[in-house]
Amino acid sequence: MEFSLFAQQLINGLSLGSLYGLIAIGYTMVYGILRLINFAHGDVMMMGCFFAFYGIMIFSLPWWASFPIAIVLTALLGILIDRGAYRPVRNAPRISALITAIGVSFFLENLGLVIFGGRPKGFPRPDIFAGIYTIGDVRFLGLSVWVPLITLALLLFILFLVYRTRAGRAMRCISYDMETTRLMGVDVNRIVAITFAVGSAAAAAGGIMWAMKYPQINPLMGVIPGLKAFVAAVLGGIGNVVGAMLGGLILGLAEILLVAFRPDLSGYRDAIAFGILILILLFRPTGLMGEKLPE
Amino acid sequence: MALDENRRRNQIFSIVAVACLFLFLWSMHLFADDYQIRILNNIGLFIILAVSYNLINGVTGQFSLEPNAFIAIGAYTSALLTLTPAEKEMAFIIEPIIWPLSVISVPFVVSLVAAGIVTAFFGFLMGFPVFRVRGDYLAIVTLGFGEVVRVIANNTQTITNGPLGLKGLASYTNIWWTWGLAIFTVFFISRLVRSSFGMAMKAVKYDEAAAEAVGINAFWHKMLAFTTSAFFEGIGGGLLAHLITTISPTLFTFFLTFNLLIMIVAGGLGSITGSVIAAVIITWGGEALRIVEEPMDLGFVEIPGIPGMRMVLFSFILILVMIFARQGLMGTREFSWNGLQNRLLAWKGRYLKAG
Repeated sequence: MEFSLFAQQLINGLSLGSLYGLIAIGYTMVYGILRLINFAHGDVMMMGCFFAFYGIMIFSLPWWASFPIAIVLTALLGILIDRGAYRPVRNAPRISALITAIGVSFFLENLGLVIFGGRPKGFPRPDIFAGIYTIGDVRFLGLSVWVPLITLALLLFILFLVYRTRAGRAMRCISYDMETTRLMGVDVNRIVAITFAVGSAAAAAGGIMWAMKYPQINPLMGVIPGLKAFVAAVLGGIGNVVGAMLGGLILGLAEILLVAFRPDLSGYRDAIAFGILILILLFRPTGLMGEKLPE
Repeated sequence: MALDENRRRNQIFSIVAVACLFLFLWSMHLFADDYQIRILNNIGLFIILAVSYNLINGVTGQFSLEPNAFIAIGAYTSALLTLTPAEKEMAFIIEPIIWPLSVISVPFVVSLVAAGIVTAFFGFLMGFPVFRVRGDYLAIVTLGFGEVVRVIANNTQTITNGPLGLKGLASYTNIWWTWGLAIFTVFFISRLVRSSFGMAMKAVKYDEAAAEAVGINAFWHKMLAFTTSAFFEGIGGGLLAHLITTISPTLFTFFLTFNLLIMIVAGGLGSITGSVIAAVIITWGGEALRIVEEPMDLGFVEIPGIPGMRMVLFSFILILVMIFARQGLMGTREFSWNGLQNRLLAWKGRYLKAG
């Protein structure tokens, strides 16, 4: 394979991978502190895309206003889901919480189908991201470069939040021992709400970039990216924010490179993630950067 | 002696109950219209699927999300075996079907048994990697297997005909097949649950470490439950294929698993009776709820129909069940004739004392 083609695929892989990573951060943070697979996370991402879409289409906001508003709204949605569905089952057996999460996921998907309709909608791509650049033989979409950069900025922000703020310290405490943290006077419910807000906001940011990349959205768009992002979180070591990003990048690169090198196998693209998941759980269940053993 | 007589009596009761059910089905067969027969078929089918899914999820307590994979395997196996060579040649227009399948054609009943066995075999193989993990991870890995089976069905053009799917299957499935097999499934699985194997499965559910400590091999009992479940899901898949007569990979999404999940959760994880009741109520109720999707005229105001609203309601119900009624309808209780007798006696004692 020529170098230029390889470089092009590398850029595509990096940008897809950072999107998986951004979505995976929400999974990993929630799982880290609640031991709950937030099945609805991909659908929260979908809602974020629709918020942004309607912000532009109905309220005719410019993209730089619509996108941040959509992200904030999605964060609020995350808090609402936690408050309405997950908090009531917090002390129930973990399987009950998991079933609730599946219920929320289906609820959002079907609500989306009812409200937004099942037909895919074209997502606007602002001019700043739409340019096509050429360096040597390598041609790429401006978005493919913006995505990893924005992702990096968001990742640094989240890392700052988790490791340098009081709320972040409380999050890390809860992930070790929720009860003791509560006894130390931390308002656990508030911290969990913050976690959901941050995770959902990251998902919305990832989702909006995803929507610009394939420029269309539909109410079921969150399912597959959601599952793959979860795999990315497990691959990186669940509970570990940097690991989630790393897992996302590996997964994105693996998918793009498979399609590039073996186009005949491209139909199996969606199966790679689960193949990786099964292998990682068999041979290194803690993931690449995880410390704690999954139960 | 008394115990023996009690057992005899209960057996007679069961036989009478089954006979009544068949009388009911016979009358439906004679008088019901196509739509009602269709609902009856769906109910029978979902009883098979829900009860066998409940064996691994409820009775053995291994929360897994793979039935769509098993149903897909069963449906494809059975469909590929009943289609005649000529029909297959017609259907596989992009690439011809591979050799042994291209000449085989067997009766429906043989194809159902084959569907069960093939699916059980896949379940058995799947069990080795899957049961190395527990809890949420088990759920995700089995969900992953469901997706992988679908992706494979989409891509193996020479076996499954890819995204085109298989069309024009003979509609062999009728209420005798669905309900006959539903009764067999319920009978078989409730016997299994009451056997020493079933006791061991329950022990694994409540405390795996303690079960291991008293000498129960948790892994093999999970495997037994999983494989048995796969067997019946496979048969259910075969019935499904010949009920709707067209199958394609898009039919076997997680959506199918989700329907079954609502049933076993609403019925009570671990209760066969609960699964049966929930399968009946939800399948029938799902039809009844079509009302919310049709325009409604209340005289003074007209409510437009909202297609898809049923699923919104169903998912909402699932969340509510989890928050407010985690035990479902039956918890882990089961129906028994003795239980019914005690209920009736208590009722009689309370209200008919004077008489």
